[in-house]
Amino acid sequence: MNGAQDLGGMHGFGPVQPEDDEPAFHAEWERRAFALTLAMGATGSWTLDQARAARESLAPATYLASSYYEIWLAGLEALMRERGLVHDDELADGRVHAPGQPLAKRLAAEDVAAALARGAPTERAAPGPARFATGDRVLTRQINPAGHTRLPRYARGRRGTVVAVHGAHVFPDTSGTGGGEHPAWLYTVRFDAAELWGPDTSAADVLVDCWEPYLEPLGGPAR
Amino acid sequence: MSGTHANLSELDARVRAIESLLVAKGYVDPVALDALIETYEHRVGPHNGARVVARAWTDPAFLDWLRRDATAAIASMGYSGRQGEHMIALENSPKTHHLVVCTLCSCYPWPVLGLPPVWYKSAPYRSRAVIDPRGVLADFGVRLPETTAISVHDSTAELRYLVIPMRPAGTDGWDAQRLATLVTRDAMIGTGLALDPPAPDGGAA
Repeated sequence: MNGAQDLGGMHGFGPVQPEDDEPAFHAEWERRAFALTLAMGATGSWTLDQARAARESLAPATYLASSYYEIWLAGLEALMRERGLVHDDELADGRVHAPGQPLAKRLAAEDVAAALARGAPTERAAPGPARFATGDRVLTRQINPAGHTRLPRYARGRRGTVVAVHGAHVFPDTSGTGGGEHPAWLYTVRFDAAELWGPDTSAADVLVDCWEPYLEPLGGPAR
Repeated sequence: MSGTHANLSELDARVRAIESLLVAKGYVDPVALDALIETYEHRVGPHNGARVVARAWTDPAFLDWLRRDATAAIASMGYSGRQGEHMIALENSPKTHHLVVCTLCSCYPWPVLGLPPVWYKSAPYRSRAVIDPRGVLADFGVRLPETTAISVHDSTAELRYLVIPMRPAGTDGWDAQRLATLVTRDAMIGTGLALDPPAPDGGAA
């Protein structure tokens, strides 16, 4: 979706402000919000892409005015509410008004280390042969889906070159909207910075990881 | 996205309420929450990535492995799993400097760098890194020669990038453990360079 999360190329946010000796968390609530997000994610109630979709669905003004853990917290509440895992009145007073629902999994303390070490790889069996190879010229599709996508606005309708092929991976545009994994070939595509920004850039090139459905073939020699 | 808006005690109360609700419903184990926090607050961090970089500087066979299969090479040192399932190493050179960003959210290689700093997740970094990386580097006090091209990597998929900075001059004969002390988190994101060795005066080195 063309939400506030899609920030690449915007102006006006001011300088980056690094913090010396930054702690992992800046407040106790951040620790708990972080852990709750991971623990609820581990229940299998939603996909990683659905979690991202929930965060980007925040109203743009709210998204931009929130710290990152506030965005996570709002996303977590929305994901749980949508699935009936918690209800508005429960979030309001912190008390249980309806019994918990059965979940696919529950992350036990003794399983934390193994679950983190395992992670959640997204590579899957390929649905067929790859359409593109390293060196191929491609054109990204001009798309503006209202649902989840990982093709940033600045990289739509642009010409680039495939520089790496990574196997087939879960396709976020379907996984993020509850439509299943639909694994698709994943490529790293290199764009000349001028193709994206014209003369107004100090980058030489920008590399974006693109799933096959984002790409069309483009004739002509590789640049 | 600056984080000073909502009242801190309000947020604290809201998160406490959610936690007690989820525990009461049987969805989460509070001890598991503590274990998650302990892991990322105290165990996983950029010291992991620094060891990977120092080894890449000193062990040509390992560097070759990193180039062919960074996920397996890094996992062989014990760093794998969540948010590092598919790793790619990017080698800086005098010709090319790599800079990593996630314009759409906060994708970051947790097993080697820990959790991302606030600035990495902030609008200023995410908006500017892809269009004006030299301006971003200037915010970090880093100035590269015009002859060094800057390649920006936007982490749009589940591939996670680790920058291998250039080995600083004056470190001949250093072993990997000593070299690792020169490898900063920012150098492995591309917003910094590896540190120069301390000047050999006053016995500090």
